[in-house]
Amino acid sequence: MNKRFLLFSAGFLLLISCGKEIMERFTGFQKPVNFPEPVYRFADNTITKEGFELGRKLFYDPRLSRNNTVSCGSCHIQSSSFTHHGHDVSHGIDDRLGSRNSPPIMNLAWMTSFFWDGGVFDLDLQPVSPITNHVEMDETIENVLNKLRQHPQYPGLFKKAFGSEEISTARMMKALSQFMLLCISSQSKYDSVTTNLGAVFTPEEQQGYALFREKCSGCHKEPLFTDHSFRNNGIAIGLNNDEGRYMVTLNEADKYKFKVPSLRNLEFTAPYMHDGRFITLDAVLDHYRNNVQHTPNLDPLLTDGILLTDEEKQQLIAFLKTLSDRNFLNNPLLAEQ
Amino acid sequence: MIPRAKNYYQLLSKITSMKIYFNLLLVAVSSTMLYASCKKDSHDPPSGELVPVTVEFDNIVGGQNLFLDAVNYTNAAGEQFNISLLQYYISNIRLGKTDGTVYTVPQDSSYFLIKENDPATRLAKIKVPAGDYNQLSFVVGVDSLRSTMDISKRTGVLDPSAGHDNGMYWGWNSGYIFFRMEGISPSAPLDPSGQRKFRYHIGGFGGYSAPTINNIKTVTLDLNASGIVQARSGRTANIHLMVDVLKVFNGPATLSIAANPTVMFSDYSVNIANNYAHIFYHDHTEN
Ligand code: HEC
Ligand code: HEC
Repeated sequence: MNKRFLLFSAGFLLLISCGKEIMERFTGFQKPVNFPEPVYRFADNTITKEGFELGRKLFYDPRLSRNNTVSCGSCHIQSSSFTHHGHDVSHGIDDRLGSRNSPPIMNLAWMTSFFWDGGVFDLDLQPVSPITNHVEMDETIENVLNKLRQHPQYPGLFKKAFGSEEISTARMMKALSQFMLLCISSQSKYDSVTTNLGAVFTPEEQQGYALFREKCSGCHKEPLFTDHSFRNNGIAIGLNNDEGRYMVTLNEADKYKFKVPSLRNLEFTAPYMHDGRFITLDAVLDHYRNNVQHTPNLDPLLTDGILLTDEEKQQLIAFLKTLSDRNFLNNPLLAEQ
Repeated sequence: MIPRAKNYYQLLSKITSMKIYFNLLLVAVSSTMLYASCKKDSHDPPSGELVPVTVEFDNIVGGQNLFLDAVNYTNAAGEQFNISLLQYYISNIRLGKTDGTVYTVPQDSSYFLIKENDPATRLAKIKVPAGDYNQLSFVVGVDSLRSTMDISKRTGVLDPSAGHDNGMYWGWNSGYIFFRMEGISPSAPLDPSGQRKFRYHIGGFGGYSAPTINNIKTVTLDLNASGIVQARSGRTANIHLMVDVLKVFNGPATLSIAANPTVMFSDYSVNIANNYAHIFYHDHTEN
């Protein structure tokens, strides 16, 4: 099989057999050809079709919240690249507000830490936080497990996924991870161009790409568009004085640093930054051009801001839009069933 | 990927876990040869038989018994307080023999969550080879290796599933709360729920990818003065420890509730951990 075809599989092969019938063959985790090796410990959690499907069901199940109203999918919406589009800070149970913007569930197998401050170092431990956070789902995991044990389907689904009907914290977390790990976005125009699959950049996009490599890729590193580091990009200190990475390390040198976010699917993930303060890409670029603040620990790459003419700004935006991956947003296998 | 050893303690626990496997192997081998072996020889490595021992954590406040909610106590800063919640992890128990050898309880059976409101948890039940022991050591908290292990290795008291009311795990900053003490004090400011509550949630295993505070404390107690342990088959020796939580306030640092009503993951927590490293003493042993 042509290796490049794998790029388009993102975990699944759609085999078109006789007539109209579409058969779905589960191929587990497939590394896109232009991506580096993943960092998730797959050895501790082998991805299976049953595990993935169980994880998907859990992800979209409001039983994970105290009053059965909020699911993971409520704040991580597929059509917005699994963000909470339109909400600056996430909006949880009883309409309580969180303090941070919900990031995409995307390419997590390559991520070395989770959350804007990197407070969680293992994807399998990540769901503990939203489930028990009282502004998000406000539930205890023990209660969730009990709800699942009493459900007519879950014990059978856990058996299919893990060999017995036992429903434990570890199994629930591993299933959720299996679903989230296959939320891979690697089919943008950018990917097609850079892996010579046929697409070509327009001249404007091409110029934008050159500008991007010169001015942005020091932090938003290709092909994932993040180097997974924590940095202060000079946005003014937020009204709630969110100290970012400092809260995890208690190191003064980490104050006001946040994880460099990926820029894939930006077109669908507004608003931007850890607290969702910018509504448009235009506003983001104006920040980098005119408004970089010399707050403590400002990244040295941004001491003088980033020089961009209006024309260059448009070219950059044109390039950033080549990172949109509509197949990811519309992949039926990642949708609520 | 195996988490790299971040510090000396991790390295130590790796080495000891290797020893554990070796001991288990010895147990297996020696139990098949039990008929042939001579059990009297004290220089033998641990023979097949393990006998039960308990370590009792008896929480007190200075010279008084601890009664949750009901009784007011006074700390060195002159502040009145009661205690409504007290829980802490004890792990990695080791017992030192009079002949100088040390027995490390297999790590998987060496995690305990002591909760004042649940008397059954105050006894840590372990098994050791028969013999005379004059030293006890344990970790207050959860070692860094376990704190970074795969979630399937965090069962029982290490299951991060407890809720936020009395949980011992930080979801937002992956890690266990080692020591948790809460209560009411007129010296604490009014909180949004209308109570004058102090809250000490102390954790920090040193950090995963970036170094940060390490509040893991190893406590070593000499048992000679108040009674060595004679671990024998057919009975359960109990090492009775007193845990004086007044020393959480009155230790190397004097903790004032008015000045620090809430201490969680912060630099100040190091002072509280330094204090709680000194709250344990050996009262007596029931052989
Ligand atoms: C109320 C909205 C809300 C709900 C419900 C919610 N999340 Fe989130 N999620 C967020 C926010 C906000 C963040 C970022 C938090 C931070 O950085 O402090 C986040 C971050 C994450 C991340 C880290 C992504 C990254 O790039 O670092 C993952 C993974 C995740 N959530 C998965 C889940 C799962 C699984 C569930 C269901 C168990 C869930 N979320 C439920 C709002 C929500
Ligand atoms: C010094 C490192 C650095 C450089 C250079 C940099 N960024 Fe960023 N960028 C960041 C960090 C860090 C954040 C997150 C900041 C926050 O939320 O507090 C961010 C956030 C963003 C966001 C918001 C994404 C989201 O999902 O919320 C966009 C868009 C963005 N940058 C685009 C760019 C572009 C375009 C360039 C080049 C003109 C650039 N950045 C240069 C570090 C950098």
